[in-house]
Amino acid sequence: MPASLLAVTTETYSTPVLDWHALAPLVILMVTLGLAIIVDSISARRTSTVLPNLAGLGMLAALIPVLTLAISDDRSRELFGGSFVVDRFSLLMSALFLVAGYVTVLLSTNYIAEGDYHEGEYYFLLVASVAGMVFMASARDLISIFVALELLSIPAYLLASWRKRTQTGIEGGMKYYLMGVFASAIMLYGMSLIFGGTGHTRLVDVGEALHGSFGSEPIAVIGIVLTLVGFAFKVSAVPFHNWAPDTYEGAPTPITAFLSVASKAAGFVALIQLIFVGFLGRDDVVRPMMFILAALTMFVGNVIALRQTNVVRLFAYSSVAQAGFILAPLAVVAADDPAVLSGIVESMTLYLVAYALMNLGAFAVIIAVSRRTGTGEMDSWGGLFSWAPALAVTMAIFLFSLGGIPPMLGWNAKFRLFDAVVSAGTASAYTMAVIMAINTVISMAYYLTLVRRMFVDDAPDGDHTPIKVPVPLVAAMAITATVVVVAGVIPGPLSDLAQSATLAIAG
Amino acid sequence: MKDLLNSWGPTAATFLPLVGMLVLLAIPKTEETLAKVVALVTTTSVFVVVVAMLFEFDYDSTGTMQFALDKSWIEAINARYTIGIDGMSLPLIVLTAFVMPFVVIYSWDHFPEPKNPKVFLTLLLILETGMVGCFVAQDLLLFFVFFEVVLLPMFFLIGVFGGDDRKYASFKFFLYTVFGSAFMIVSILAVYFLYAQNVGDGTGTFSLAALSAWGGEGLAKNTGILIFGGFFLAFGVKVPMFPFHTWLPDAHTQAPTQGSVILAAVLLKLGTYGFIRIAIPLLPEAAKWWAPIIGLLAVIGIIYGALGCLAQTDMKRLIAFSSVAHMGYVMLGIATLTPLGINAAIFGMVAHGLITGMLFFIAGSVKDRFHTLDMSRLGGLLLKAPHMGWLLGFSVMASLGLPGLAGFWGEFPALLAAYSPAEGLSEPVFRTFMVIGAIGTIFAAGYLLWMLQRVAFGRPTEEFEDEHIHDMHLTDYIAWAPFIVMIVVLGVYPQLIFKITDGAVVQSLAAITGN
Repeated sequence: MPASLLAVTTETYSTPVLDWHALAPLVILMVTLGLAIIVDSISARRTSTVLPNLAGLGMLAALIPVLTLAISDDRSRELFGGSFVVDRFSLLMSALFLVAGYVTVLLSTNYIAEGDYHEGEYYFLLVASVAGMVFMASARDLISIFVALELLSIPAYLLASWRKRTQTGIEGGMKYYLMGVFASAIMLYGMSLIFGGTGHTRLVDVGEALHGSFGSEPIAVIGIVLTLVGFAFKVSAVPFHNWAPDTYEGAPTPITAFLSVASKAAGFVALIQLIFVGFLGRDDVVRPMMFILAALTMFVGNVIALRQTNVVRLFAYSSVAQAGFILAPLAVVAADDPAVLSGIVESMTLYLVAYALMNLGAFAVIIAVSRRTGTGEMDSWGGLFSWAPALAVTMAIFLFSLGGIPPMLGWNAKFRLFDAVVSAGTASAYTMAVIMAINTVISMAYYLTLVRRMFVDDAPDGDHTPIKVPVPLVAAMAITATVVVVAGVIPGPLSDLAQSATLAIAG
Repeated sequence: MKDLLNSWGPTAATFLPLVGMLVLLAIPKTEETLAKVVALVTTTSVFVVVVAMLFEFDYDSTGTMQFALDKSWIEAINARYTIGIDGMSLPLIVLTAFVMPFVVIYSWDHFPEPKNPKVFLTLLLILETGMVGCFVAQDLLLFFVFFEVVLLPMFFLIGVFGGDDRKYASFKFFLYTVFGSAFMIVSILAVYFLYAQNVGDGTGTFSLAALSAWGGEGLAKNTGILIFGGFFLAFGVKVPMFPFHTWLPDAHTQAPTQGSVILAAVLLKLGTYGFIRIAIPLLPEAAKWWAPIIGLLAVIGIIYGALGCLAQTDMKRLIAFSSVAHMGYVMLGIATLTPLGINAAIFGMVAHGLITGMLFFIAGSVKDRFHTLDMSRLGGLLLKAPHMGWLLGFSVMASLGLPGLAGFWGEFPALLAAYSPAEGLSEPVFRTFMVIGAIGTIFAAGYLLWMLQRVAFGRPTEEFEDEHIHDMHLTDYIAWAPFIVMIVVLGVYPQLIFKITDGAVVQSLAAITGN
């Protein structure tokens, strides 16, 4: 087999034409990576401002080619025989990853500098992980998806165990690593079955083969299910979510934010690409699987979140539940209805963007508050409104947005999820919509609990001294809160963006 | 002037409070008087805009949308910024704009703990935007947004400025309402897509005008009933109807006086308004199926609310339970699906808003003077503060439906309408409802007079015998006088509202009455 494979590749091999414009975002990230290592090794210790600035600027610089690509006429650029595609979808998602990465740098700046952690390696790994995500946004081939996944995951394993002097840090990192590797193995097995059956790794070809005779073979079902399960781990869908709470609690809080937003979004990007480009031929397999995953994820995440007393753990379960919401439209995937398909991708992209903004913003507040309280316990949030009114109001905005209360961005995004689900018009679609409605209410209960702590309860020890929030954190909160409120009132531009991104992949 | 109002009147009325709120945010916390003035100016200017529209309103065609504006909003799903006012919404908009300035005036020296006028007034202004927005929105999604926007300020009003048990009350209030509206979302989308399938060549719409014109034609009966169910949950919780009413006594009791007044005067009306503006015109056939259920729950609410009142020891909680009973009459009127019943319902909404708002004002002032609302410790208000005592007597008379005062015109025609409900509804059933509702009025007289007796009559208890109780303040007079005047005016000349609402109601029921 390897021999024949090699024979095939040598026969058709020709030097690929590289579209440097399309690769520019990745190239810039790679250069940033290298610079981070060099700067860290030649400069003296305590260069706290250089490295975060370098990493942040690198990500912003990578946004420039993303923007120029977006306004260029070429709707879609295919490289390496179609395994690497730059289209509107990948551009929007790359932009999301880069912004999320930038905000993570803002969140990390003081946290890492003050915590006496290894800064050079930290930012190196962070940029590497973001590079993996940007790669993932363009990967339309089983192999490039796998490479992208490993590129984004391996640095994330290290980052998650960054607090190596604490028990929880080690435990969280270890769990994340073992579960992640386990998931990779399962996924790889699934991919190998699909490759074995179709003889292709390119998703487009896999899609065609599934429409053909291979589609009806049982092995195809196993391949699809195992591949999707691998990513269910990544997006922390129940029952593959066990790692999330411990890892989120043990990891440095900025990394928790990064994992719960960017890493999860990367998993969804892969799911969208796999399902919509590759597996649409067997939508009858995808649909029930996603229905069960989404319903379970929502219920389990929400119900367990109700019982949490630690803010970070609360957000861990909240992010599990949110993943369930994002999965929900996949439960009505129908290959023969293009309107439904594009609605699904559009709503998922929109929600990913909205979720990233509101969750990052919420974590910015969490980091700011725990700078004073030094703990994530919910009790320490009592009376936040009396000693840090601005933080309390900002947090309330994010919480209501996560709960889906207008006029915040979250409600519009959540409404579009409902919209996509109901548009299928089947009985199971309405059932899913009702499940989502019930879960919206449950989720509101714990978001409200936190709001109540901040606004209604008294400060735990009567301590009302105001706190000083470092500039990077203020910037992170200002960026996210502004977008969350403005895009909530005027949802047009962002939905248009999501819509144009959709056409590329589902159209 | 006319042109300006025509296109921008409702928008101005909706968003002026938001502008005022922004100004308020820019004012330092220490400048309390300035903050109060800004809030008063804002609410008054909203009132002026609304009054100007009241003058420009064409009373000969109350069934058509006036001052209409239609702009694109979320193009991707064809949701539009469509607003307008017709005879059904006009009285409620006037009520909202009317109540707010007086609530601000009343607040002048009655700020609830923790005294933070800036935050308190900010919340009131956001609330006003949400409430007016609900009544002017002619797009289902836009309505939904405003419907939810109302929740946030009210949650904080109760949660931050409320009584001892405010945590529980605010939480319950929020979750109950969110529970209802989560299901409404599903119903809204179902209507949207079914419209696309049945009419509208594949494009859905949220436009209330278009959806009402369609009226759910061609839908399977059960589909319509289920969709109506989603709306029913959302609006039924808000009204609140039995058995979703349990949030109301808690919210009312714990809310600051101003919150209670707004809750009673306007917020509850969002639910009943939703029924007559959205649920019934959109799904008239399903409405007929639901009507007996709504009627039954309404009369249960009337009796249950009355019995609940008799079991209370707290004056504010008693008034809250009386709201459940009164909204029962409104819902009974709606359930008949007749023009008479729905006209009565709208009248009932306005009357209840004025009267119960007034009762809550008095309860707030009693609490302010006596620091308790426990009726076993109160008594002799007429001796201690005669003016307030007489006003309480007046409001109680209005509330129990004394002819000649506004309360009567909400209850009596509703009962009358139940005698001959719309075609297709069972007469015996509705006549039974009518009898039960009529018995409810006796209960109402019972518990209200009982309250009056315990609070106002007799001698003050020993506790307060020698204490000086301040009778009404100047701000009390200014804030309350207009309520009293309106209660009398509407009681003597109910045509003032019936004239406005009738055209619109007849039009919205066209699908049921067959004209």
